Amino acid sequence: MKGIQLDLISEDKLDGMTPMEKVRLILDEVRNGKILILEKGLTPSEQNKLIELTMSEIGPDDFAGIEIESYPVKHNTNFFNKLLGKTTLKTRLTVIGQAAQLKTIKKDRDLISAMVSP
Amino acid sequence: MGIIKSFKKNFTWFKKFFKKKRARIGIYGPPNAGKTTLANRIIRDWTGDAMGSVSQIPHETRRARRREGVTIDSNGSSVTLDIIDTPGLATRIDFHDFMAFGMSEEESKRRAKEATEGVIEAVKWLDDLDGVILVMDATEDPYTQVNVTVIGNMEARKLPLLIAANKIDLPTSSPARIHSAFPQHPLVPISALEGQNIDMLYKEIADHFG
Repeated sequence: MKGIQLDLISEDKLDGMTPMEKVRLILDEVRNGKILILEKGLTPSEQNKLIELTMSEIGPDDFAGIEIESYPVKHNTNFFNKLLGKTTLKTRLTVIGQAAQLKTIKKDRDLISAMVSP
Repeated sequence: MGIIKSFKKNFTWFKKFFKKKRARIGIYGPPNAGKTTLANRIIRDWTGDAMGSVSQIPHETRRARRREGVTIDSNGSSVTLDIIDTPGLATRIDFHDFMAFGMSEEESKRRAKEATEGVIEAVKWLDDLDGVILVMDATEDPYTQVNVTVIGNMEARKLPLLIAANKIDLPTSSPARIHSAFPQHPLVPISALEGQNIDMLYKEIADHFG
């Protein structure tokens, strides 16, 4: 059967990886033609790393970059955080693929609609 | 309000009272959102100078440009800013997109290469800023990854962010759509090209970054 491979990576797996391991895994898999769905997205600093590394690997003949879409981060204010006046940010589901393969059609706070092409 | 938060708020007020009013502000956004048009307007209005050239072709700004000591006075508030006009952030750069604007293949590939370097520079500047003006094209979907990434970065660093919902001179613009997407941040609907609401933006800049 021919098709596009979709890999869904769990939050537990992502939690056990360093930022650089995550970014390297994403770029390697995406460049191999896979579409990745991360149960828990990347932190803002990981997103920066991913953008930087993606830019450094773009070449005119083989790789034009990635399409990445995630829901906006959620502000997590539980009782103790409220008491301390603290807000923690919770990253959310993220879809990543090669720019040539994945195209976002529509996105809002709770929906990501995308087209995948071989 | 939490006890610590209340203390921090009062301490912030205390610091604000004594601090030197100078902040390093980055102008961020996706390609073609109007960042350089806005930077040019701010610099022209307050110094009589200009920042850089603008173009319909994406990634016209491929190196961050910096202008130091721009003093903005508005409604009794005054703030002096170092303004950094950054290249448009993107996760994809395909040289074919430039060829569609009539550029040669060689020129397009060179522009694409320079654009990738520009994006890296823009990302690196995020570490050295006191705040961001995020320019969004009000005719476009606000939930782009660039917007989500810049907002996430500023929230994680607890730095001030001001959204400029640009291109309100165009009939399809909808600043309300941006506001409903990111209600936690102040927003000013503007036309950087025509100067609509620009005084309102200066007031917000002085209040927000001062």
